[in-house]
Amino acid sequence: MIPKPRTLFDKIWESHLVDVPPDGTALIYIDRHLVHEVTSPQAFEGLRLNKRRVRRPDATLAVADHNVPTTDRAGGITDEESRIQVETLAANCREHGITYLSMDDIRQGIVHIIGPEQGFTLPGTTIVCGDSHTATHGAFGALAFGIGTTEVEHVLATQTLLQRPAKNMRVTVEGALPLGVTAKDMILAIIGKIGTAGGTGHVIEYAGEAIRALTMEGRMTVCNMTVEAGARAGLIAPDEKTFDYLRGRPFAPKAGAWEQALAYWKTLPSDKGAVFARDVTLDAAEIAPMVTWGTSPEDVLPVTGRVPDPRDVADEAKRAAMIRSLEYMGLTPGTPLAEIKIERVFIGSCTNGRIEDLRAAAAVAQGRHVAPGVAAMIVPGSGLVKDQAEDEGLDKIFLAAGFEWREPGCSMCLAMNADKLEPGEHCASTSNRNFEGRQGRGGRTHLMSPAMAAAAAVAGRIADVRKLV
Amino acid sequence: MNKFTTLTGVAAPLPMINVDTDKIIPKQFLKTIKRTGLGKALFFEMRYDDQGKERPDFVLNKPAYRAAKILVAGANFGCGSSREHAPWALLDFGISCVIAEDFADIFHNNCFKNGILPIKLAKEEMAKLFDDAERGANATLTVDLDSQTIRGPDGGTIHFEIDPFLKHLLLNGLDDVGLTMQKNAKIDGYEEKQKHLQPWLAAKS
Repeated sequence: MIPKPRTLFDKIWESHLVDVPPDGTALIYIDRHLVHEVTSPQAFEGLRLNKRRVRRPDATLAVADHNVPTTDRAGGITDEESRIQVETLAANCREHGITYLSMDDIRQGIVHIIGPEQGFTLPGTTIVCGDSHTATHGAFGALAFGIGTTEVEHVLATQTLLQRPAKNMRVTVEGALPLGVTAKDMILAIIGKIGTAGGTGHVIEYAGEAIRALTMEGRMTVCNMTVEAGARAGLIAPDEKTFDYLRGRPFAPKAGAWEQALAYWKTLPSDKGAVFARDVTLDAAEIAPMVTWGTSPEDVLPVTGRVPDPRDVADEAKRAAMIRSLEYMGLTPGTPLAEIKIERVFIGSCTNGRIEDLRAAAAVAQGRHVAPGVAAMIVPGSGLVKDQAEDEGLDKIFLAAGFEWREPGCSMCLAMNADKLEPGEHCASTSNRNFEGRQGRGGRTHLMSPAMAAAAAVAGRIADVRKLV
Repeated sequence: MNKFTTLTGVAAPLPMINVDTDKIIPKQFLKTIKRTGLGKALFFEMRYDDQGKERPDFVLNKPAYRAAKILVAGANFGCGSSREHAPWALLDFGISCVIAEDFADIFHNNCFKNGILPIKLAKEEMAKLFDDAERGANATLTVDLDSQTIRGPDGGTIHFEIDPFLKHLLLNGLDDVGLTMQKNAKIDGYEEKQKHLQPWLAAKS
């Protein structure tokens, strides 16, 4: 009998089943657990109260990223609550023998940047973290998703999770991206097409020529924002690019184990004829640099577009949401997006804080200068990204162009540390969420690619980067 | 975890789509290392103005809804961040049931870990419930998990669907971790098998 063709998701799911009770809620094994300071203290407290231990400290990796300052760190963290949260993580890791990358370790950075960087993220594995952007790791063909704090405790104690299988969805991007159009534009275009609840209940596998052509960094950007399309996890089949990226990384298998792992990883891609519950296709050639105008990632248009008019929206709930968004954003329908003035620029985050992102921004910044009245900051995703960028001289390009060059962390993606917008400020941001108040109370976020954000910094308004490259 | 069996209380309408978890509880309240006391931060930016004073037009600040136990909300409720502080804030405020057309996956999951019942209903039924919830202090609903029904102020009932396993957890207030630890032998067995199948993932001893 010929076995039923399976998707990449099916293969990972089935190989992680520990127990499948008749009601269908499976107990699945978790290979890798990433931990940060914001969503873990209550989980460790739960362990303590019940006298439980961490089952696999060796499969757990911790780092502080949300609360850490991006300015000089010699004096530690001044905000007391932030400092306590970071110290609590360090103490919990010591108590349970978990590897913890402290603020003064060069490997420290955003949890979703350091996982791949350290080779902790591997194809075919299950990876969780108390953070929705865990979807990032799907770029390696790992089933990776965000969980709540109670589930963090569950994984710490048992190395498993209770889950129902997700439905398979495939998003295929055919053709080639035009010049000046990046992975960020691709994922924003996908979210614009399917909506922020478009992937709810599904795992999205990305396929097609344009996905294959992306670098690992680009694939991580796409998978990262899968959660903004409603799906908990994104997946891309591992290939030679994946293997080349991982080879030799600290936690990646070595020598004979590498060969053995490689042979297994090559069996992971979805079988020909595998069935997807939903299929969506986009043509890469039609994707332009994208910019958000509202307060949901689905409020997105090509940079050549205009602020939409609520009167054109038939659905009552959607119209009400648009009216509220435009009022919050201080925008008038019909205004060309490229006329929106910006006061702040943030280049960084788990979406776009990797070396390739910084190179793209630097290519635009080189020989130009940040416009008067604009404050622009670059926050590398990790100490190693920062180090590499400095080796390549990118820091000098940014500093000469009037950008600030910061220490690694989540920073103004969610503004939990001191980096935040003032009320009413418009920000060109390479992060992932433009929610009300996300980057600071009253702050107005426009999501875009690193090259577009650099172009906005130089122009003092939203600008079409294709005119600069 | 608290059990959820039946709940009778005022239902507050929040007819807004895509209510994200940043809106349910903004980041400045995520610096806590506790789960308790977050009710004051619920819907912080919609509930209070820049001076920290209540906005009288926000639903939970209106006299009729200050003690609401149920929230009737727009589609895609709880999207965005995985922060479990969102259900903790709802629960601490006194809300242990949210009814919407649909929920974001992670938030939906987190509710069940905290004794909160999220109910999904079709658009037409949501319209009826929004009407009911608009009636202020008279907007009392009774939710019965065992029979999977919502009884409105006029006595009419709406049936809802729920995953049987999740229903079982809520009805009995069960602690997942304790339940799973009873399966330790199966977990040991899985790890033993994986040591041979994927040795590169096994513990370094």
